Amino acid sequence: MEPLRNGGGAEEKPRRRGAAADAGPQRRRSSAAAGVDSATGPQPHERGGSASRQRRDSVRKNRPLFPWFGLDIGGTLVKLVYFEPKDITAEEEEEEVENLKSIRKYLTSNVAYGSTGIRDVHLELKDLTLCGRKGNLHFIRFPTHDMPAFIQMGSEKHFSSLHTTLCATGGGAYKFEQDFRTMGDLQLCKLDELDCLIKGVLYIDSVGFNGHSECYYFENPTDAERCQKLPFNLENPYPLLLVNIGSGVSILAVYSKENYKRVTGTSLGGGTFFGLCCLLTGCSTFEEALEMASHGDSTKVDKLVRDIYGGDYERFGLPGWAVASSFGNMMSKEKRESVSKEDLAKATLITITNNIGSIARMCALNENINRVVFVGNFLRINTISMRLLAYALDYWSKGQLKALFLEHEGYFGAVGALLELLDSA
Amino acid sequence: MAERGGRGSGGHGSLDKSITLPPDEIFRNLENAKRFAIDIGGSLTKLAYYSTVQHKVARVRSFDHSGKDIENEPLYEISVQEEITARLHFIKFENTYIETCLDFIKDHLVNTETKVIKATGGGAYKFKDLIEKKLGLKVDKEDVMTCLIKGCNFVLRNIPHEVFAYQKDSDTEFRFQMNHPNIFPYLLVNIGSGVSIVKVETEDKFEWIGGSSIGGGTFWGLGALLTKTKKFDELLQLASKGQHTNVDMLVKDVYGGAYQTLGLSGNLIASSFGKSTTADKEFSKEDMAKSLLHMISNDIGQLACLYAKLHNLDKIYFGGFFIRGHPVTMRTITYSINFFSKGEVQALFLRHEGYLGAIGAFLKGAEQDNPNQYSWGENYAGSSGLMSTSPDVYPMQRTRSGTFDMLEMDRLERPLVNLPLLKDPSTYIPDTVDLTDDAMARKYWLTCFEEALDGVAKRAAASQPDSIDALERAEKFRQKYWNKLQTLRQQPFAYGTLTVRSLLDTREHCLNEFNFPDPYSKVKQKENGIALKCFQSVIESLDSLGWEERQFALVKGLLAGNVFDWGAKAVSDVLESEPQFGFEEAKSKLQERPWLEDSYSQWLERLKEGPPHKCALIFADNSGIDIILGVFPFVRELLSRGTEVILACNSGPALNDVTYSESLIVTERIAAMDPVIQSALREEKLLLVQTGSSSPCLDLSRLDKGLAVLVRERKTDLVIIEGMGRAIHTNYYAALKCESLKLAVIKNSWLADRLGGKIFSVIFKYEVPCK
Repeated sequence: MEPLRNGGGAEEKPRRRGAAADAGPQRRRSSAAAGVDSATGPQPHERGGSASRQRRDSVRKNRPLFPWFGLDIGGTLVKLVYFEPKDITAEEEEEEVENLKSIRKYLTSNVAYGSTGIRDVHLELKDLTLCGRKGNLHFIRFPTHDMPAFIQMGSEKHFSSLHTTLCATGGGAYKFEQDFRTMGDLQLCKLDELDCLIKGVLYIDSVGFNGHSECYYFENPTDAERCQKLPFNLENPYPLLLVNIGSGVSILAVYSKENYKRVTGTSLGGGTFFGLCCLLTGCSTFEEALEMASHGDSTKVDKLVRDIYGGDYERFGLPGWAVASSFGNMMSKEKRESVSKEDLAKATLITITNNIGSIARMCALNENINRVVFVGNFLRINTISMRLLAYALDYWSKGQLKALFLEHEGYFGAVGALLELLDSA
Repeated sequence: MAERGGRGSGGHGSLDKSITLPPDEIFRNLENAKRFAIDIGGSLTKLAYYSTVQHKVARVRSFDHSGKDIENEPLYEISVQEEITARLHFIKFENTYIETCLDFIKDHLVNTETKVIKATGGGAYKFKDLIEKKLGLKVDKEDVMTCLIKGCNFVLRNIPHEVFAYQKDSDTEFRFQMNHPNIFPYLLVNIGSGVSIVKVETEDKFEWIGGSSIGGGTFWGLGALLTKTKKFDELLQLASKGQHTNVDMLVKDVYGGAYQTLGLSGNLIASSFGKSTTADKEFSKEDMAKSLLHMISNDIGQLACLYAKLHNLDKIYFGGFFIRGHPVTMRTITYSINFFSKGEVQALFLRHEGYLGAIGAFLKGAEQDNPNQYSWGENYAGSSGLMSTSPDVYPMQRTRSGTFDMLEMDRLERPLVNLPLLKDPSTYIPDTVDLTDDAMARKYWLTCFEEALDGVAKRAAASQPDSIDALERAEKFRQKYWNKLQTLRQQPFAYGTLTVRSLLDTREHCLNEFNFPDPYSKVKQKENGIALKCFQSVIESLDSLGWEERQFALVKGLLAGNVFDWGAKAVSDVLESEPQFGFEEAKSKLQERPWLEDSYSQWLERLKEGPPHKCALIFADNSGIDIILGVFPFVRELLSRGTEVILACNSGPALNDVTYSESLIVTERIAAMDPVIQSALREEKLLLVQTGSSSPCLDLSRLDKGLAVLVRERKTDLVIIEGMGRAIHTNYYAALKCESLKLAVIKNSWLADRLGGKIFSVIFKYEVPCK
């Protein structure tokens, strides 16, 4: 008897960041103090190379060696953040080893890498101070299935000779650890996914988005005409419900920067939307799926309350426009034959989004939290879902719950991994 | 319809579409039918109506003996009378048959008072015109959810083994639960095309607290798109063959082999359909259907748990077409609830889930008859029982389509309640052995009942020597009960937990069905007459004994009386072949002390040292020697001690068990001979009541309300339960708030062997509740 598999995972161990992690420099709520120079700690790695290779500046300041990366290897996408120092002195420049320079140039002068890697230029954080260094933070992503090519490239560019630590989080940090070691001669520093996520969210929100607010919400989400995106001040963020929508969904209740728990999760996430769209429409990219969805009409696919009751179901206070059965119209052969691929893509998007909203809302009620922050790459270029989440949360909670969003959607885990690298120094 | 009703959308082969029973066996008692209700779902129609059944009942009436020669007259007169009782009929069939069925109903509907048919369900609208045209009745629509909940409350209240948990990987697929005396509050999760989550707080108070659009319609609609498979059942079939791991992204797919370090199971689904995010790979229909099934079941289970937690509820019943008897979905939902509640909440299902809407609609229409005022009982003879659709449980079972499923509920004469002396009504289980669980015992008892069947049928025919069709009816009875036994061999869970009691009750229902209300009436009459003649000499010999000797003789007499059980084959064989077998012979059969279960010394000690009991409640067993020479002397002794006695006998006949009306006559006769009994009757220190039951066993949670009231009023502090059916097959482990005596003679060698004794071993169980 094959055991039943289940989704999402619901282990609910309260997670408090241990004392060991706290020993490192803490992020501060003001950006200026982000890099703390005075902290002492061991070098992140013991493999001391020859003295000539040690860049004196880093050693003196107890900073990790350049390059500074944070890596988040998810089920579908790899998120990479790269800190490009802009305050390199002439002396430094001279000492900079060739392959480090070439990595910097390669990453910062391109917006696309290979056929699938993309730098989200619009997300770049400028003039950031990290560990006393000024620079820009770059946000890069590529599909997880290109991970072997990435490792291969690292190997070809003799990344290991830089003696840097590569901090990585996400499931792929475990899955590809062996490949990093054997193919790339690289030792990964594996980091907890949820620790990194929360660290990243709190940090990016604290530094802001190039002078703008990182966090935003939709005003009048229930009114299509008057709905608008507005900045939200997340200065006192706790408690908050953090809903991370990647391939699957994780839901965390965050009570302080060190006290949070994973409330639940669901396997109906971005991967489900994209996976079903591929099967239903034959599309091959997430962007394509979203594009199709934006031209579709889900009410042809879904059975609405009004399709069953002719209008509102007053007995239960259900509005006629509410979806009674996702894909419910597809029980009928005639209707199956009359819908377009766009309609199916839209219905898939609406189904997954509503379901996430519904589970998030129930978790918020059970945890008695009224601010819900949605992150994750499912929301990238996905205004339909964000507005629907905002609307659904507002409508079904009668205005009690607020849906919040962050500009850097899916990059927080990678940012958190980078911060762990700096903290460990 | 006899020429096969299958003219709907076929494709399944004509075999499936044939109606397996003649229509007059499906739509029974239509002549007297009134108050129709219909629930038309996406594929099944459920019809409900109220009808009256005329059936024969045995009555006993005392002769006027003045001036007659008592010696040679029978003790009392037995007559068979016609009685009219109320019965609810519920029939479930595929929508394809709706027209044929309506025609049949129209042709047989005699009652012209009926003007309206209550209708509910999504299809009620679609078929409104057809129903109005065919039946000439006005269709009166009722709210779906209101009907569902009314129906749910009704079955929870009236059908003891309505609720079950599903356990695929255990021996017993269905684990039934005794109904909690307090059925509220509960959560009903109805998985139709969408999901409705309703919190039910009282009979009339319920609230829609949430729902989800991802439901049965999503499985069906999305499944049809993905697999090009049109039918819901076929999609489930596909799913049961698929491997979802080919389509879903699991935790181990994301983490590689290292997921153990996370404390997560690598087999958890990280992302449903997460592996199908590619345009260039083909996925099998089976795998996609399986993945979809898991996605939907998990999602519903998760939401149900979140709602249950928010509203602090621990009973969740699942229903709707997504569930309806499908092992595949019951299994995935059960898994999901267990997972998301961390084992704290159990997913529960209902045996008559498919009928809830129809029952509710019917109740809405019958409000003026006040159906909720009565107690109702499932008629096993006329009900189809639960059928598993799991192909590996019973490959020969009928297919889902093309069959008519029936449920009949009889209105009970008297409202039934808990015995107030039950220690914990919510955990009381009447039956000692669960035959659904215990395969060996099941095999034995089914065979035992099979082997006894010819004899029972013969006796039934013999009980009505003047009836010309008695033989024919007896044969029909034999056939019907035989079929029930065969069904139960294959599907022991068909009527809830299978027990010796349910087997006995089913036999009684089948006998009544063919108008054999009391096959043992003549035997009982004769034996009561014989025993009465011995009463005085028995009393005299008892009175001649010293106190302590007498106590033992009384107990021995009670036990010897209990040997006279026509329900036990070992005994009935003796009684048939040795007509002179009497009280003394029975005594000699009894096991010598120490008995198999023997707390006689404690009992004697109690009588010696303790104050007299305030009031004893005695559940009597057999007619004749048992009640007259066993129970009555015992009663007399109690009365002499100053203990009041409530003597409880069955309301209706079962085997040779003494009925309430027989007990009235017998008592009257004894009173005429015995001043102790006479004065006790006059002073109301001896009270005769009926149990409300017609079973050879005893369910202390369903007893006549009058009995319960009296027990409370008289401050009953001793309960005596006599006989195998009442004290061994049931109530052996029943815990009471007061002292109790359970005594019986084991008249079945297999059972004796099981309990570690021999045939005619004695059970004498005196229990005092711990303080």
